[in-house]
Amino acid sequence: MTRRSTATLMALGVAGLLAFDLAASPPNPYRAPPAFAFGSGLAAAGGFCGALPD
Amino acid sequence: MALAEGIEARPAGQGTRRAALLLGALAAVAAVALFVGARYGLMLAIGLGFGITLEGLRFGFAGPWRAMILRREPAGILAQLLAIGLVSVVAIPLLSSHAGELSGAQAPIGWAMIGGAFVFGAAMQVVLGCGSGTLVNAGSGNPIGLVALPFFAIGSFAGAYGLIWWTGLGALPVLTLRGGFGLGVTLGALALVAGLFWALGKPGSRRLPARYVVAAVLLAALGIANLLVAGQPWGVVYGLGLWVAKGAVAMGADLGGSAFWAAPGSMERVTSSLLTDYTSLTDLGLIAGAFGVAAWRSGGLSQKLPRYPARAWVATIVAGLLLGYSSRLAFGCNVGAFFSGISTGSLHGWVWFAAAFAGAFVGIRIRPLVGLEART
Repeated sequence: MTRRSTATLMALGVAGLLAFDLAASPPNPYRAPPAFAFGSGLAAAGGFCGALPD
Repeated sequence: MALAEGIEARPAGQGTRRAALLLGALAAVAAVALFVGARYGLMLAIGLGFGITLEGLRFGFAGPWRAMILRREPAGILAQLLAIGLVSVVAIPLLSSHAGELSGAQAPIGWAMIGGAFVFGAAMQVVLGCGSGTLVNAGSGNPIGLVALPFFAIGSFAGAYGLIWWTGLGALPVLTLRGGFGLGVTLGALALVAGLFWALGKPGSRRLPARYVVAAVLLAALGIANLLVAGQPWGVVYGLGLWVAKGAVAMGADLGGSAFWAAPGSMERVTSSLLTDYTSLTDLGLIAGAFGVAAWRSGGLSQKLPRYPARAWVATIVAGLLLGYSSRLAFGCNVGAFFSGISTGSLHGWVWFAAAFAGAFVGIRIRPLVGLEART
């Protein structure tokens, strides 16, 4: 066994995760925020490991 | 002549493979930008940059700490501090001038936070992979990283589930260094700590190799880009917990018992695509970027897998769970708390560093006991 097999497993895992996600909650590009938060005038609203829930 | 020999020795199909890797990365970023949104495409590109930088320049967080503790080689930690300092020069003033639009990695110092950082520091030395390191290792085909990663994600979900209870054990208000004064104190403290590591370092090992300087500058540039695009600094562990939360909900789990996951903001993210979550996008980019570098290198994926005893795999699973759980209690890992916390003026980043570095001494002792390296 080489790293090719483990890296392939990882790639399959990521592909499976994305397939599940796209089926469960398809994204809507028409609701996308501006490309840059900086200068957008909108409040930062992403999830972050250092933040308590909002 | 040597160059000609090198060209002749290049395996057949390498150029095609590398072209396919480049095209694949560009196509993925373009697809996310088109079908999810430009900001999300940019975040995936930034994540790919993190993965390529860390794997391509063989730079990380756990390894340099180990080198300092075991061999008194400070170059890696000095490069980490350089990267943090470079980000802080841009981030701290911007957070003051664009408050609200941009947010820092600011979290309260508390008992659970300190304990979590200590455990994280120990666990990351057991598997030799921190938050970003585990993703990079898994992407490049390291079997320890591959096994640790899903348990890291489960631990992150579980840690967030009980985070409010743990924080209730006692925590200070969020303490932040702001503006010009905050930047001066941060840079002064970074210089002081760097000087301490330099002085403790073994003579002859204190000079930063060029690749560390390049890695520090690239990480800083990507960290600043992360802040400008997402409005928040680089993080890792939130995304991993979110992946498990989505899976749990899909299997019918009720997250209403968790003050964290039941909060409106959390629920909205659980029901939205992972491709709209900033930390998920940079996490996926880290994995893919590391995979790309490993596949790009000649023989990068042809290395034989090492053999480990059963107890090493058990230790990897336990360490993975602890990495995830403890990093949520600690309000971040080496990326969210150490790199992003300090560079955005949060005092919890400094406390995290001290506690995690103390924990690293314990983890280094555990690693050979569980069969993850030859006992000395």
